[in-house]
Amino acid sequence: MSLDTATLPTRPSAWNDPRVRGIVVQVVVLAAVVAFGIHIVDNTATNLAKQKIASGFGFLSNTAGFDISMHLIPYTPESTYGRAFVVGLVNTLLVAAIGVVLATVVGFVMGVARLSPNFIISRLAGVYIEIVRNVPLLLQLFFWYFATLAAMPHPKQSHDLGAGFFLNVRGLYMPSPVPGERFGLVIVAFIVGIVATFVVKRWARRRFEATGQPFPMAWAGFGLILGLPIVVLLATGVPLSFELPELKGFNFTGGTVLPPEFAALLAGLSVYTAAFIAENVRSGIQAVSHGQTEAAFALGLRRGATLRLIVIPQALRVIIPPLTSQYLNLTKNSSLAVAIGYPDLVSVFAGTVLNQTGQAVEVILITMAIYLTISLLISLGMNLYNRRVRLVER
Amino acid sequence: MSDATATVRTERHPDLPPPATTVGVLGWLRTNLFSSWLNTALTLLGLYLLWLIVPPLLDWAVFSATITGEDRTACEPNPGACWVFIKVQFWQFIYGFYPPDQTWRVNLTFLLFVAGVAPVLIERIPGKKWALFYLLFAFPVIAYVLFVGGVFGLPLVETALWGGLSLTLVVSIIGIVASLPLGILLALGRRSKMPILRMLSVVFIEAWRGVPLISVLFMASVMLPLFLPEGVNFDKLLRALIGVALFSAAYMAEVVRGGLQAVPRGQYEAAAALGLSYWKTMGLIVLPQALKIVIPGIVNTFIGLFKDTTLVAIIGLFDLLGRVHTATTNAAWLGMSTEGYVFAGAVFWVFCFGMSRYSIRLERKLGAGQRRR
Repeated sequence: MSLDTATLPTRPSAWNDPRVRGIVVQVVVLAAVVAFGIHIVDNTATNLAKQKIASGFGFLSNTAGFDISMHLIPYTPESTYGRAFVVGLVNTLLVAAIGVVLATVVGFVMGVARLSPNFIISRLAGVYIEIVRNVPLLLQLFFWYFATLAAMPHPKQSHDLGAGFFLNVRGLYMPSPVPGERFGLVIVAFIVGIVATFVVKRWARRRFEATGQPFPMAWAGFGLILGLPIVVLLATGVPLSFELPELKGFNFTGGTVLPPEFAALLAGLSVYTAAFIAENVRSGIQAVSHGQTEAAFALGLRRGATLRLIVIPQALRVIIPPLTSQYLNLTKNSSLAVAIGYPDLVSVFAGTVLNQTGQAVEVILITMAIYLTISLLISLGMNLYNRRVRLVER
Repeated sequence: MSDATATVRTERHPDLPPPATTVGVLGWLRTNLFSSWLNTALTLLGLYLLWLIVPPLLDWAVFSATITGEDRTACEPNPGACWVFIKVQFWQFIYGFYPPDQTWRVNLTFLLFVAGVAPVLIERIPGKKWALFYLLFAFPVIAYVLFVGGVFGLPLVETALWGGLSLTLVVSIIGIVASLPLGILLALGRRSKMPILRMLSVVFIEAWRGVPLISVLFMASVMLPLFLPEGVNFDKLLRALIGVALFSAAYMAEVVRGGLQAVPRGQYEAAAALGLSYWKTMGLIVLPQALKIVIPGIVNTFIGLFKDTTLVAIIGLFDLLGRVHTATTNAAWLGMSTEGYVFAGAVFWVFCFGMSRYSIRLERKLGAGQRRR
């Protein structure tokens, strides 16, 4: 028997087969990208050879020869470029970490204030949000740094804030703690307090689920984390003294100084990001329907418990994803430090080190790779947290 | 039967007015400001803050300020703001060092831009499609000729002379216009079924979004010249523009992707049922709907880009902020930084706030259309 070949579906010609076409398109695009990459690498190699610039990462172990105004880890001009890189990275992480905490606190307060039934408070928050969000961050940093710094007095006429705090054009001087011999015990007590809080919290939760008896966890945690170290501190005879800053000649010696660049950058970043976080918080709280609050009141929950147990957990689900991108923005924006001279990663590494070594390709690639890694780590962490607060559906 | 009288009301008593404390100014005050102890405390705190901020600010900016005169000596008797600084430098803040007799070219270019953008953004004006074509193809050529010159008897103006607000607008507008087509292609690539294309798009988008703009600008200014073959050299402004365009393309791609995801699946399937090819499906069915949805997102991206444009000051281009900053370091005007930054901030604020209001209104309107369905 024979089939009529005309009725059989014929294979389309190779050019009209979507699968074949897909493969051809992808191969062509990939080839174009690779060719472009090779072309660029080739050009770069030629240009570098012509300008007699060394390549490779050997420069990281050369002596840097410049000083960095703020370093948390030991650093001298005799240190290597690699060390300078780490100093810059630590400074970036420091300002980003403190900035994230400050921005979150201010942002939540402002977001809640924006929704306050109090007319004046909500308008004040609104004015803050609308002004700060619509002015470039760099301009705000300039304002914080140059305009505020210009109003500061010289060290001799410092503002005495009391308790060993002095404010002048060189920064904010603070007493620095000098730990005594047995101070290690206090730190041990602090760690024990944190661990104990976790244990007690688990126990309290189990008991609550089994018997319904609530446990004042907030007070217990407070007592364990803060109270325990204080008790140990007193019991060991306060093995902690403070070194006060003192005016000697034209400047202060002793104590810790918060450089104005750091303060300006921190203030600028936190104030700017907080305005965006406030908007996220506002929309998150508004996304929780009013029926939830009414239902909670109908069940007899008080206002505080309603907020803590009903509204906030639901609002967090909406707030966390945009909050993540605000944290990422803050970290990336900390690179604006270069404009006001705070020694962050970009300013130290992509600025001074780049100018001294001329190895633009390596320096920029390392800088970008570091920021990319930080971004990925933050979004990973926030995604894990998001998974915890997310709505669990069947 | 006693002759007790009963009082029987035969007509309705007129309504009593509501208690004086619940209506009018008093009622408003009670419900909004003094409803509880906490609220009263907050109100007082707010009033105290206002009293702390507003009078000194008004005094500085208006009552004790100087607006007449030609140099800083005019300001010395007054403790307030010295707006003379802004007045004297004003045209430089707007045009940079663009030759004063040629500034009509800058003005004309922005008029032509507004003429093109108005039909796209305002619903009542017809001719959206033509306006979009004009903006994407004809306008860039006209703008280039007008700004740079060198042909048709227009004297050549070096990009090193460009500056001020006009440079801010040039960088942000070119950035957004150039990033739109690239962003659309990347978004399509990210949603494509071809694994290699998808991977390339994802890597490109996430890599740019993960790094700060300042490092991109550094890359554009120091690394880009190394990438080019010998003898080819880019102008500093062009290098910055390439960096800005690539950077914002990655953000634009994510905005457009949101729009593509919002187009119902039925639209794709209907297009496939009609036998439309991929490009026809996208060009005639999906993208027109997707792009309409994402106009607010594009405006928001533009606001972000407009603010980020200030970073070009760090690599040595003088946009509005760069000009103001340089002017405040000028020996003749030392100590005027507050006035300068307040002025620049006010200009940026007017632009950004206006655009964000527009985008919110549009979002509400588009949302209303979605709800009716």
